[in-house]
Amino acid sequence: MNNALLTKVVEQNKREVPEFRPGDTIRVHVKIREGEKERLQAFEGTVIARKNSGLGETITVRKLSFGQGVERIFPVHAPVIDHIDVIRTGKARRAKLYYLRALRGKAARLKERV
Amino acid sequence: MSPGILGKKIGMTQVFRPDGQVVPVTLLKAGPCVVVQRKTPVLDGYDAVQVGFLEYVKASRINKPQTGHLKKAGADGVRFQREFRLKAGDDDLKAGDRILADQFKPQDKVDVTGISKGRGFAGFVKRHHFRGGEGSHGSMFHRAPGSIGASSYPSRVFPGMKSAGHMGTDRVTVRNLEVVQVDPEDNVIMVKGAVPGPNGGYVVLRRAKR
Repeated sequence: MNNALLTKVVEQNKREVPEFRPGDTIRVHVKIREGEKERLQAFEGTVIARKNSGLGETITVRKLSFGQGVERIFPVHAPVIDHIDVIRTGKARRAKLYYLRALRGKAARLKERV
Repeated sequence: MSPGILGKKIGMTQVFRPDGQVVPVTLLKAGPCVVVQRKTPVLDGYDAVQVGFLEYVKASRINKPQTGHLKKAGADGVRFQREFRLKAGDDDLKAGDRILADQFKPQDKVDVTGISKGRGFAGFVKRHHFRGGEGSHGSMFHRAPGSIGASSYPSRVFPGMKSAGHMGTDRVTVRNLEVVQVDPEDNVIMVKGAVPGPNGGYVVLRRAKR
């Protein structure tokens, strides 16, 4: 993506997203339509991957729900995402934290980034 | 309404509709274009406009007859030019008139013509979507064509048999692409879906036939 015109379109359509990295714990507020009404639903978990660049960027967020691992993939720049809060930073030494899937409890913790 | 416009493919990306739907789009630098010549039934036997795509072109890249032809319309820097037939209801364009991207509005349908990417000498599987054979399990038949006909009768291969050979660099038209956004400032038209050719390739946008 080195064309100025392409970059311009991407910049115009991008939404403001706080800075976060794989390993961080975030809360994603998603707009949910129920008939005519619209409400926000939060999904809190660890970012284990950030994929693609530009408008197609997605994040994979993993959390434990009643002992069951749940992962959701969100398109970062989609209008269904209301906003994203960064709850806690986490120190990770790689970009994709898929190894967390095999770990439980104490082993699945990440140190805070300073 | 101009019957069409010339452009250059910039690249692809995706945008979101207000309802959250993802739309894959191709950006086209459409214009500024200039009418180089107006062809009339009286003089030329048919009604058309010859349009040129304005861009930076080194003067030495254009030959002398072409330079003179462009000079008549006051067009400077045209390398790519095409003709559009005029129908009833089209603007009466004169030589020297500009055609800009704002001729098109979102939700318009366009047919986009370009030269497809060259694939070189391509095999059966890529060129004609033959299935080929298994990759493993002792199979010794991978991407070969299989039978191309009977033996002693007819003792020849019928003409038109699908075969390996040169693929790509063909003129390809994709019909009924929706215009998603128009940026009149930079003359950028965003159409839904893919467009033939490499990034930087020239394309012709026409109003959709049907």
